[in-house]
Formats: sequence, structure tokens, C-alpha cells
Amino acid sequence: MAADAEALLEKVTALLGADVVDKHAYRGDATVLVPLTRARECLRRLRDDPQLAYNVLMDVTAVDYLGREPRFDLVYHLASIDMKPRDDAPSAIRSRLRVKAQVPESPCEADSICALWAAANWMEREVFDLYGIVFRDHPDLRRILLYDEFKGHPLRKDYPKERRQPLIGPRN
Amino acid sequence: MAAPAQIPTRQEKGDLHTETQLLSMGPSHPATHGTVKIMLEIDGEQIVEMDVQIGYLHRGFEKECESGTWYQAIPYTDRLNYNSAILANLAYCMAVEKLLDCEIPRRGQWVRTLAGELSRMGDHLTRLGAACLELGAMTPFLYGIEARELVWDLQEMLCGARVTSNYVRIGGLQRDVTPGFLERLERSLARIEELLADFDKVVTSNRIFVDRFRNTGMLPLDKLISYGVTGPMLRAAGVPLDLRKAEPYLVYSEIDFDVPIGTTGDNYDRFLVCQEETVQSIRIMRQCMPVLAKTVGEPVNVADPRIRWPAKDRVFNRMEELIQQFKGVTEGIRVPAGEAYAAVESPNGELGFYVVSDGTGKPYKVRCRPPSFANVAPMRDMLVGGMLADIVPTFDMINMIGGECDR
Repeated sequence: MAADAEALLEKVTALLGADVVDKHAYRGDATVLVPLTRARECLRRLRDDPQLAYNVLMDVTAVDYLGREPRFDLVYHLASIDMKPRDDAPSAIRSRLRVKAQVPESPCEADSICALWAAANWMEREVFDLYGIVFRDHPDLRRILLYDEFKGHPLRKDYPKERRQPLIGPRN
Repeated sequence: MAAPAQIPTRQEKGDLHTETQLLSMGPSHPATHGTVKIMLEIDGEQIVEMDVQIGYLHRGFEKECESGTWYQAIPYTDRLNYNSAILANLAYCMAVEKLLDCEIPRRGQWVRTLAGELSRMGDHLTRLGAACLELGAMTPFLYGIEARELVWDLQEMLCGARVTSNYVRIGGLQRDVTPGFLERLERSLARIEELLADFDKVVTSNRIFVDRFRNTGMLPLDKLISYGVTGPMLRAAGVPLDLRKAEPYLVYSEIDFDVPIGTTGDNYDRFLVCQEETVQSIRIMRQCMPVLAKTVGEPVNVADPRIRWPAKDRVFNRMEELIQQFKGVTEGIRVPAGEAYAAVESPNGELGFYVVSDGTGKPYKVRCRPPSFANVAPMRDMLVGGMLADIVPTFDMINMIGGECDR
């Protein structure tokens, strides 16, 4: 498992070259860190590469490392699904890759990848909603889980868990 | 695969002067089993534009997880997909176990597989039954719900709760199967098979039902992939992707079962895929039962007290074990710093957990990759251009579970 992840990282590094700032294989998961400004281009190349062919964007999320500079990690989970229909054989997942990019507190912005995967639309809206990362070129960047009147971004580590903002009723 | 037929609007036909009107469907609508608001722009009965607004069940799952210990997050995972809580427990625990790098004993894996399939069957029965109900067919719903009652009774026997199971633990299980469980499972499965046969007779070739489901809610395959749709929705479109086969976890590599697929990807295919998966779940459970009967008495939990604290009879009688339990409960287990992603095949598709640990007793981040969220996102593209009446069957087959979609 770990050897697979190492081999995968070599292939990814060969494709992305100098854009790979950092990489590690941990517990069988392969992770690469790319510069924020190059993230969209890197993801496009990972998707379009005929060998790696990361055709599915499984997840987009962020992690708040309060006190670190740059503050946020933007985390993409990609999967490469072998879609060739074969008789009596289920589809295989060729590999999975985690791509990370670091987003500073200000400007808290990143490039949207909606043009690459339709799945990014709602997932980026959620990251915007809960972490406050603004996605440039996003076609419809609105809050998705919370309501428009909500102030702040609750998954940031400096948002207190107890702070309530009901639309009606008592506030604290 | 054919794209949904584009019926010309009345305006395009030029036979009548029409105006579009706005219609708000939901957030609480009798024909949707989920809290979601759909803003519709309709021309007669035809959908011109729609906006699906989710979030009504958002309760800060990730934020809550970050404030407790690793163990304390398990009950929250019950409430993600409350129809198949055990599978959500399982996905979370597998992600944490991946970080801990521990492997649970064989018997524990067989029990997890069995409990997971039981849970999957309960979820599919709800989806199939509710789909009929929401199209106005009460009888098949009752067949489905009677079968689900049997599943819930079994779950109660397994872990003491019918819905919110809280059964799987990091490093094992809450407890082994209770005495008499396997016998009762066999009796219940026989009855569930009868009910499924009755259900099949009433619904599957029913003209009214087929007309409502066939050729509705379709989306071309490349779009499904682009939206990250997984599970029965993708399989109905002909892609046999099932994580139980693609990345076998637990003991699925030793079990013989089929992955049903559809051809057109319409709601009817989705329905048939779910129906067949219920049958396959029974087949998997039947293969688990003899193994569990043979391995009675073998451990289900890892022996490491730093991960899974000792059994209660030892805790109450021995000093060392009492201390281990006390430390485990008050401080929580220590998970090495790092990050891991683990996914299981849930009834709706890939249910993944991305966990980040900073080495303290609390999770730094618990991200749930909910299949419902990814499956609801393409709903607009599936329905625009179609008829108002197609919303209900499509929504039923997407099987949006608010608890999981909104977290």
C-alpha cells in the first residue's frame, strides 16, 4: 500500500514537475502540495493526463490551521475511475490522490475549478460558506448550508462553538 | 445513452401566450422525504429553471466533532444517514483506524460486514417503499416498512437502538452479536424475502409505476462523472463501480456477490438496481452467518487498551483495566498526528471521511464526504426541461438524506 503511494507520487511529480512543493505518502494516502496560483492548472493536468486520468473530484474541503501562515489548507480529493465496461468485472479505482494548496488569511481567495468538474460548484460553495474562502470565477458563489443573514464562517477555529445566530429567537 | 427528451415549451410552439410562474416546493413538502426547498420557474407543467436549496438540517456536525474526543464523534455519525447509521459509524471508525494503523480481529470484521449489510438493506427498503408512497401507492410502502421493521428489530438486538445505532467503535465494536441473533436473523431474512417478492409483484411491472419512472431524471454519463455521482445512481447508468469490489475493505474480497447495473440511468433503472442490491445484501449476510456461528468466542476488538478499552467484566474486577477505562474515557485515545481518508460504499454511494489529527486527544478536523450532497447537486440538470411530476420520482431515487447532505 505504502509502496503504491510512493510510486504514484513519482508519477505525479513527473507530470507536475516544479509545481510539487511538497509530497508525502502516509498510511497509503498520497498527498501533494502545490502553489495556490498553480492549483487550477495542476488539477487540469491531473485530470487530462491519459495515464493518471483523475476523472472524478470526490471532495473539496479546507482545514483551518489558525496561527500558521498561510492559514488555510484547501484540500482536493481526486479519484481515477476505470470506466471501461468489461464483462463480469466491476470498475476499478486506479488510484486516489489528495492535492493541497495553502490559502492565506488575506486575501482569502482561490481559483474556482467549476470549469473542470461540475461537482466543484456546490463543494466550493460549502467551503466558502463554512470557511470564508472566496473562489474567483465561481458562477454562483452563495452560501449553501447556512442562510444569507449568517455572519462569519463557523468552521474557522476562531468562531466560538457556542455562538448562536438564529433567524428568530434569543441570541447570545 | 440518450439525453432527456426536450419537449418544446408552449411559448416555443407559439400556440398560446404564456408566462412563466414561480413555485416554491418545500422546505416541508408531503411528497419529499427530506427537508429541501426547490424554487421552480414553470411554464405550465414544464420546468424552465430550478434552484435546489439545501441546508435546512445543518447542525454543525464538523464543528461538534472538533470539540469532543475521537470516541464522542461516533454518535454524531449516526445522525448523518439515519437510515443506515451503522455504515456511517463504520466509515468514520475506519478512517480513524487508518490513522492509528490498527487492524481489528477477523470476527470483528465479519460482524461489521454483516451489520453493514443489514443497515444497507434497511436503507434500500426505506427508499423503495417511500418512492411508492410518494407516488400515491400505499400498499408497497407497507411491505417495505414491514421488512424494515424486521431490520430495525435486528438492529435493536445487535446494539440496543433501532435507528441511531452507535454500534461500531474505533478498534472494534460496541459488543459482539447477542445470543440468539443469528437464529432470529435467519427467520427475519426468510420473511423479508417473502415481502420483497410481494413488493416486486405489486410494483415492478405496474404500468402506472413504470410510466412515472421510465425515462425520467436521466443525465448523460459524462455529466454524472463530472458531478462526482456515485452509488446506485452511477451503477444504473452502466458503470459497475462499487467500492466493495473496487477497493475491497473488511472481508468483502472473500464474499461472493454481484454488482447490479442498469443501462439507461433513468429512475426505473435506479429502482431496479436498489431492488437487486437488497437481494445481494441478503446473499452477503447468508455468507457471514456460518462464519460467525463457527467463530463464537473469538475477540471482536483489538487487544490494545490504548485504542479500545477492556471489556466491562474485567473493568469492574481488576485495577489495571479500571485505570485503562478511566483514562480512555476522560482523556480519549491518542491518535498520531497526520491525515487519512477512508471511504465505504454506502447505500447512496461513496461515503468518505477525511480526518486530521494533531496528536492530541481530539480530532482537529473531521470531514464527511456525503454521497447525498454530490448526488443532489445535479438534480437541476436532470429535471430542467422535464415535467413538474418528474421531480418526485427523481428526488426519491436520488434518496437525499437531509442529515447527511446538510450535516
